[in-house]
Amino acid sequence: MRPALRLIAAILAGKAAALASRAFGRGGGTTLPGVVARRIEPVTLARLCALLPQGVTLVAGTNGKTTTTRMVAAALAAADRRVLHNRAGANLVSGLTATALAGSGIDGRPRADIGLFETDEAALPQVIAETAPRLVLLHNLFRDQLDRYGEIDTIAANWRAALATLGAGATVLLNADDPAVAMLGEGLTARVRYYGIDDLRHAAGGGEHIADAQFCRACGTRYQYLARFYAHVGHYRCPGCGRERPTPHYRLARIEPAGIGGARLLLGLPDGGMEMQLPLPGLYNAANALAAVATARELDTPAGAIRQALEGFSAAFGRIERIDAAGRPLLVALIKNPVGASETVRMLVEASSAAAGLHMLVVINDRHADGTDVSWLWDAEFERLAGVTGRVVVSGTRAADMAVRLKYAGIDPARMTVVEALPAALDTALAQLPPGAMFCALPTYTAMLELRTELVRRGWARPFWED
Amino acid sequence: MIEAMTQFKLRIAHLYPDHMNIYGDRGNILTLRQRCAWRAIQAEVLPIGPGAVVDWDAIDLVFFGGGQDSGQALIAADFVERHGPDLRRAIDAGLVLLAICGGYQLLGHYFLTHTGERLPGIGALDLHTIGGGKRLIGNIVVEAAAPLAPTRLVGFENHSGRTYLGAGVHPLGRVIAGNGNNGEDGSEGAVYRNSIGCYMHGSLLPKNPQLADHLLTMALSRRYGSAAVLPPLDDTLELNAQRTMVERVGRN
Repeated sequence: MRPALRLIAAILAGKAAALASRAFGRGGGTTLPGVVARRIEPVTLARLCALLPQGVTLVAGTNGKTTTTRMVAAALAAADRRVLHNRAGANLVSGLTATALAGSGIDGRPRADIGLFETDEAALPQVIAETAPRLVLLHNLFRDQLDRYGEIDTIAANWRAALATLGAGATVLLNADDPAVAMLGEGLTARVRYYGIDDLRHAAGGGEHIADAQFCRACGTRYQYLARFYAHVGHYRCPGCGRERPTPHYRLARIEPAGIGGARLLLGLPDGGMEMQLPLPGLYNAANALAAVATARELDTPAGAIRQALEGFSAAFGRIERIDAAGRPLLVALIKNPVGASETVRMLVEASSAAAGLHMLVVINDRHADGTDVSWLWDAEFERLAGVTGRVVVSGTRAADMAVRLKYAGIDPARMTVVEALPAALDTALAQLPPGAMFCALPTYTAMLELRTELVRRGWARPFWED
Repeated sequence: MIEAMTQFKLRIAHLYPDHMNIYGDRGNILTLRQRCAWRAIQAEVLPIGPGAVVDWDAIDLVFFGGGQDSGQALIAADFVERHGPDLRRAIDAGLVLLAICGGYQLLGHYFLTHTGERLPGIGALDLHTIGGGKRLIGNIVVEAAAPLAPTRLVGFENHSGRTYLGAGVHPLGRVIAGNGNNGEDGSEGAVYRNSIGCYMHGSLLPKNPQLADHLLTMALSRRYGSAAVLPPLDDTLELNAQRTMVERVGRN
């Protein structure tokens, strides 16, 4: 078959698969169309991306990539740019292909100006090779699902090799505060830009035991930290060879937290300052916003559009999402790895001070997409919950493990109930919820999807592909 | 009984916590700490980093976890050269020790990498390790040998090295599900005197309280004699987590 015909055949087959997937109620068809199309034309993604007038931007990192990508998409949309975005979170190469298919006509012509793809850490090298991105944002690198991804050194080495293939026309945007990511900027042909947090009042430390990149990549000496935000993220310098945190081009100068409602941010950009009210709480959401502003500015988005988009931003499903559970407010916060879980717990504990106790539903699964190894629960700092926790219902395929974890974190077993099945666990948690208490669900990835399904079934939330 | 325990104090050495801390092995330290605290035993955890001088006679229990390859590379020489001879003598004399994965491998004679490089261990345990291609990853259930029999230990393994035991050690137990030392001979872990090495993350001790208390009992009786008997704790949650995985993995 001629290449042009093969591409059309792949597009048609992919679109048919998407229709079938929806008709049979198998979710939103976020991956399958990509798998089908690539079987017919393996370079489908490359061919479709090559037709995007403003090229492709990729966002990768262990934590915050879904939120950050959605912020960038909102900013681009506010500037009236049509964005091809894997919004439902399918971030492997098949998911990106499905997104590109959905946004293209049957002749392959895109109905968008720019491609914006959140990309899985392990898939990034292949995605870089296929999409020839103009901009790559690397947000952070922490231990995550070691059974699936391997150690972070392995991922960093693969990223380095992939970035080295980018030409001078491409830009790599790196988090200066994460040495595992910042040090990837050395020796690249691509243009390199950095962003970082300068407000050291928030350098509360914590998580040193899960700092995976605290030894200099070049000479092996332990970094000295002038300030540490969490894990290996902070302001660092190598006393051995003098390498240090690069001076960021995009700076978060001040963060003024305002409880669970969000924070006021003051940013320093290459062409002036920006001030905004971010409606999301926590230090890591401020870092996500900084990365999104830097990305959007690198894509020539006007500052006014960026600010408008971020001030009106609502969280992605399960990312500090607020849901009305039949009159009782439920906060859903995904936990999936030690650093993310520790920072989420820190944010909840700080935000719960005004409430009458913090009540939780913790749902830990060990399915493939969660990582089958639950050892990470022991790296996360659940100890902060001791003393503020009201009642906890523990659920999921690894409910028994999580109950042990919370017991050793200092939570009285008398406050815990283990209910493996999720619908019953949700009922139990709601039944024992006192008035005025803060109620939060902490699910792993597949547990979050299950919880979402259950909330949709009860009419409390919308399906994720309509999100 | 609990009040009687306050006179007891244990010093726990945590080897290279900054370098060898992957796969949640820190849970083992949390568990030893808490199971002491709940019995009013004073437990002091001493982090031992590169360059540290250690008086092994003053240590009651040693924990050595697994690390990233880069972390292990940074500490291997320090461990073998600085501590090798003294630690080997202390282990011979009955030091209580638990080593997981990378730490376990470093206690053996050597690690032969897949590129043919021979990396020395301290030779305290009669075993050696050979680098393999495919990583052995997944849940593991092990039927413990005496004195822990008939306990079934549960954990999660993730290693490419294949460890082979010599005549000077015996296995911690027999693999019921998973791969264990090498995926070939059905053995998992190694025991020599009061030292135990194995591949079980998960973390190991929280879900296997019998093993946690076995280590604490050995450490206490070594320091204080047979008068030190551990009071029992309510292990409902721990044993439930252990049983859940034994039943689930056994079903597959």
